[in-house]
Amino acid sequence: MIGVLPYVVCVWVLLIGIYGVVTSRHLIHLIVCLSVAQSSTYILLLAVGYRKDFAAPVFIDIPRKTQAVDPVVQALTLTDVVVGATVTALLLAIAVQMHKRLHTLDPDELDPLRD
Amino acid sequence: MEELAPLTVAIPFGVAALLVASVPWRRTPSDVLAVSAASATLVLCLLLVLDANESDGPLTSYLGGVEPRADDVVLGIAMAIDPLGAALATLAAVLIVVAALFTWRYFEEPGPVFPALMLVFLGGLVGFSLSGDLFNMFVFFEVMSVSAYALTAYRIDRPGPLQGGLSFAVVNTIGAIMILFGIALLYGRTGALNLAQVGDALAGEPVDGLVVVSFALLVGGFLVKAAAVPFHFWLADAYAVAPTPAAIVFTGVMSDLGIYAIARIYWTVFEGPLAPHAEEVRAVLITFAIVTALLGAVMCLVQEHLKRLLAFATISQIGLALIGVALLTPAGVAGAALLVPADGLLRAGLFVCLGILIHRCGSVHELSLHGRGHEVPRIVMFLFVAGALGLAALPPLGAFTGKAVVEEAAADVGYGGVIAVFFVATLLTSAALLRAAGRIFAGWGDTEEIEDEVEESEVPGARGYTPVVMIASAAILIVAGLAFSAIPGILDQVNEAAARFTDRPVYAATVLENPVPEGREVESVHVGPRAVAVGFVTTLGAIAVAAALLRFGKLPFLLTLDSGNVAERALVRLRRLHSGQIGDYVAWAILGFALLGGGMAVAT
Repeated sequence: MIGVLPYVVCVWVLLIGIYGVVTSRHLIHLIVCLSVAQSSTYILLLAVGYRKDFAAPVFIDIPRKTQAVDPVVQALTLTDVVVGATVTALLLAIAVQMHKRLHTLDPDELDPLRD
Repeated sequence: MEELAPLTVAIPFGVAALLVASVPWRRTPSDVLAVSAASATLVLCLLLVLDANESDGPLTSYLGGVEPRADDVVLGIAMAIDPLGAALATLAAVLIVVAALFTWRYFEEPGPVFPALMLVFLGGLVGFSLSGDLFNMFVFFEVMSVSAYALTAYRIDRPGPLQGGLSFAVVNTIGAIMILFGIALLYGRTGALNLAQVGDALAGEPVDGLVVVSFALLVGGFLVKAAAVPFHFWLADAYAVAPTPAAIVFTGVMSDLGIYAIARIYWTVFEGPLAPHAEEVRAVLITFAIVTALLGAVMCLVQEHLKRLLAFATISQIGLALIGVALLTPAGVAGAALLVPADGLLRAGLFVCLGILIHRCGSVHELSLHGRGHEVPRIVMFLFVAGALGLAALPPLGAFTGKAVVEEAAADVGYGGVIAVFFVATLLTSAALLRAAGRIFAGWGDTEEIEDEVEESEVPGARGYTPVVMIASAAILIVAGLAFSAIPGILDQVNEAAARFTDRPVYAATVLENPVPEGREVESVHVGPRAVAVGFVTTLGAIAVAAALLRFGKLPFLLTLDSGNVAERALVRLRRLHSGQIGDYVAWAILGFALLGGGMAVAT
């Protein structure tokens, strides 16, 4: 174990990401803040499976009995990265379209369907 | 039968890929392909419901045939299919089939992308409902969500859908991050992702901080999808701008999915450690549910944009179904399971009626549609009113049985008072719908000139008549919604399915292929005469309130009370909260997580 440091870091990254989303004045900034928040989950997942001095879980050139870190969370992290990339790409595409139609990216100037 | 279960996910995904890969295809073959893929999924899901209903535990299928090892090590990924999960998947497939039929004549040029997105949505939703694995649930949940964002923002040439899609995507992504946090914490504690295995690992131990935090994160994340107050802000913006065929599916099944997920994880994972604190946890969850039901109903009543009106009706009814799940009893789950399809089908049917109005009249605003109901065939009026009365739970139709069962179940655990919540919420939402029907189809009530917006561009070049397939879509959904609770024996079937849904030891043993213990006794439920009386009073009340609204323009009690202005100011305040600002929405959602986490900490 490497102590609580990674957990502290991941909560911190999550909180600053969300803080950025809440206070954002620019859609691109907002979307990047969202992916910052998302990346906190990568840290958490990897930290959960990490063991100090254990090998990477690739058994090509090391003996099969070597103790390795948990490969499941690494697979989860990879999946999560893909999910995060999809969401970010979609959001950025929406932002591009918005800039085309409304010529602004300030969320304050957007006025969605009100009644 | 369970060997075929992976096909329910593979068919929609595969066909969606085929559709997108074949962009130059003509319209008709791609539409036919999409409808047949959705129909095939529907048939498979229906077979799974029937098959799961026969078996004592969930049907289990380990993907790739990686079964649990004899020493209880589970390396495979499980699909665990029980009647309620399969029924939710079936509901989704029905709605996708109907929405695909409706799209046929609704968009002039949708291209193959729209049906492909619908199929991806279906695949994600079905995979989620049939999964027995936490991480697979997360992945399918995200697949479904991302296609839903894309569907909402499908009309990229208009600002409304772009903004609705954006707040939908941002708020729901925050929810998904929280869900993943919860899953990672559970994995860190138990070293397992299989629901049954995680549940077994937690069962023997007392509740501690990690369990509470992960429960709050998972439930909160799913409440974002279910749009419980204060996580609900994105929903009205998204549903109001989503193309009608997408809105049909969203309102009918997407919101309900959040409730299903909460019930699923509580009864498979958290029931062990949290059961001793059930009473306190119930109080926390029920508070969220009641506020959601009431706030949704009030907001519904003050809307004039009909899609927003139905969006808030969705929120209110999700709150009611959430009450059933929040009771944390088998009978509560049974009530919610009856409520969800009946209400979902009716709301979807009402959205189709709106789609027909948009198609012909180019507007979805109650005031600009005033008296223009004659432009659509008369049967639309009957369907609309029937849908509204079904939501009012006119005995024995529509949501009646589900409501009665939840009320009964609530009384059993000392929450008899929620009958008042049901009464008020149902009354207000139905009154709002009946008021709209009176304005549009009968031309009652006052009207004013309003600036007509946006909707006309949803359907460029509407034809001079309403295609039969649209009316058929509305009729199928509304009739199915009205008749659902009247299916002979449905009450007992659902009750038994709910009893097994909530039987964690049997679920775990079946999935992990251990010796299965004796199942729990099924307590019978029945619907008494009191519920029938309440149902009639609610319906009559809704008609009376709608008539009063049409006559006086406002709620009479707001006029007669001296505090009338205060009430009105409060309403204005409430509406201003729904500001459309993504930052505000996220802040509210975070507040919701804090309240939920705090509540859970106090409760345990």
